[in-house]
Amino acid sequence: MRFLFKTAYEQDIRLFRDGTTAAWYGVLAVIVLALPVLMSRYYIGEITWVFIYGICGVSLMVLVGYTGLVSLGHAAFLGIGAYAHAFFLQHGVPWVASVALAVLITTACGIIVGLPALRMTGIYLAIATLAFAVIIQEVFTRWEAVTGGFAGMAVDKPVIFGLHFDSEASFYYLCAAILALTLVLTQNLLRSSTGRAWVAIRDSEIAAQSMGVHLPLYKSMAFAYSAAVMGLAGALFAHKIAYLAPDIFSILFSIQLLLLVIVGGLGSLHGAVFGAIFVALLPPTIAILRDAIPAAMANFASATGIGVIGTIGRGIGEFLKKPGVEAGIFGLILVLVILVEPAGIYGRWVKLKLFFSTFPMYKRDSFKRQKNYMRSERLR
Amino acid sequence: MLIYKATELVNFAQGDLLMLGAFVAYMAVAWWGLDYWLSFLIAALVVGAFGALLDMTVLRRVIGQPQFAVVMLTIGLGAMFRTFASVTWGSEIYTLPTPFSGVTQIAGVTLSHQYLSIIAATLILCSVLYVFFSHTRVGVAMQATSQNQLAAYCMGIPVKLIFSLVWAISAAVAAAAGILLAPVTLIDTNMGLAVALKAFAAAVVGGFGSIPGALAGGITIGLIELYAGATMPEGIKNTAPYIVLLIMLAVRPQGLFGTPVRKRV
Repeated sequence: MRFLFKTAYEQDIRLFRDGTTAAWYGVLAVIVLALPVLMSRYYIGEITWVFIYGICGVSLMVLVGYTGLVSLGHAAFLGIGAYAHAFFLQHGVPWVASVALAVLITTACGIIVGLPALRMTGIYLAIATLAFAVIIQEVFTRWEAVTGGFAGMAVDKPVIFGLHFDSEASFYYLCAAILALTLVLTQNLLRSSTGRAWVAIRDSEIAAQSMGVHLPLYKSMAFAYSAAVMGLAGALFAHKIAYLAPDIFSILFSIQLLLLVIVGGLGSLHGAVFGAIFVALLPPTIAILRDAIPAAMANFASATGIGVIGTIGRGIGEFLKKPGVEAGIFGLILVLVILVEPAGIYGRWVKLKLFFSTFPMYKRDSFKRQKNYMRSERLR
Repeated sequence: MLIYKATELVNFAQGDLLMLGAFVAYMAVAWWGLDYWLSFLIAALVVGAFGALLDMTVLRRVIGQPQFAVVMLTIGLGAMFRTFASVTWGSEIYTLPTPFSGVTQIAGVTLSHQYLSIIAATLILCSVLYVFFSHTRVGVAMQATSQNQLAAYCMGIPVKLIFSLVWAISAAVAAAAGILLAPVTLIDTNMGLAVALKAFAAAVVGGFGSIPGALAGGITIGLIELYAGATMPEGIKNTAPYIVLLIMLAVRPQGLFGTPVRKRV
């Protein structure tokens, strides 16, 4: 186990912990840059989804993971960003200005939603954001002059300063760059006094208030920033999906976004990216398994001569083909994550790292969490 | 329909339990040819037992974790139930035959027996629950448990048993609601979600943790929806309950009948 003794302030505020960490991120960057050369177009498209979900994850992570405000309506912000961007593009606004306007509009919406949220905590806030999402979805359906209603709205490929991002690979790089930008920006924000105030609010509102954190201001800021990042993700989302319809931005999508941050691990930006990888790549994985499992089990059955295995394999394949199974698998994973590893993928990663760095001395209890049996929110 | 919330267990799977209840009743009536009332009983019992089982196997493990974990857990469970239902019963829409038919004239208003049965059953259910929670030992124990599990445990309340019981009752009530609702909305796998969202609006408007409040909230939401549907442009009808919900949360977060909250350190 290595200890880092900090001897200067510059060392304390560095973006990366030390040279080794920076080098590892460099390796990651090289891999991300090299992927489009190595992979087929289909997989590049799927990984682009990872980046877009990653931006969504960062947005929700700031709100849920760092400020402790649970939102069940973030798909609405994504939708506002997407529709605003598509609308401005259709009216000939240049790409950068259109994205900026979309982000501004979502930020404004975030602040408006955040206002009543200042008085609410916990489950009430979740329900309020849920109500907001339902209303916004209805607005998308009804406001046909802007959104096209149920008929939908087509979105062209992005053109930035005369550069055309037509191909799958170029859009991949665009999304990767924006995700990297968002991550650095958010990481810097979280290291500043604003980020520390958010974490303080998450851990104890009363303590934060006593320390001089202006609760309404910082909660509004969290909402505004989260909505802004979501608006940015929405703009990319619009390009990626190419055709906007109101029923995309449903409550189920909001829940999926929440699943993303929980599976990834609350309270870490790594978690947002891990969760994005998981959520974006699960549907294609299921699609692949749908054909692979029956085939593999049939092969095994013919090799060993046990016919039952082939039948079971066909059954699994049939089951995975049924509509609605995907949502159930998401639900199952959500339940398992909360029961088995509440800290998410990133929490498991931290535990693994500690296990190897302290090898024979690893203690399970290092990560034991305090349980709270005074759960009533009524009497708090 | 109303969800009762005297236990601070915010259950996002309630709507899906409701759907399960309706399906079980449908199976009992249409496939096994049982009597309506018998199936009603069977469905409530089956889903109630299922709720208790759920608590013992899954939900007990998150006791002591933040409320948020329970919320997410129920959302996940709800998604699993929906998948289970759509795989088992398919995505067709079923109708549940009921013994209530015909109409009655009361003070010049024509009411079908169907709706009368729903109103009557709701009133009975709510009053029974109200008496149960405020006047029986078990009911009071449940309230105590919901407020402070540790203190309740020290007072000799079997907290684990109480939790299972709470889930069983809550699931059974949801199933009953589903059966009552079945003739009106028809049974399909997504019936739970829409109802559950409106029920949340009702619960918040009425105030969490108050049964008369839940009833009043439900009536308010229902009336607002009807009024908005009749007088305002199309599209407002679906969103009106949520707009009211938002206003309500901003103005009076504790609901119509809730007790004011005071913060303690």
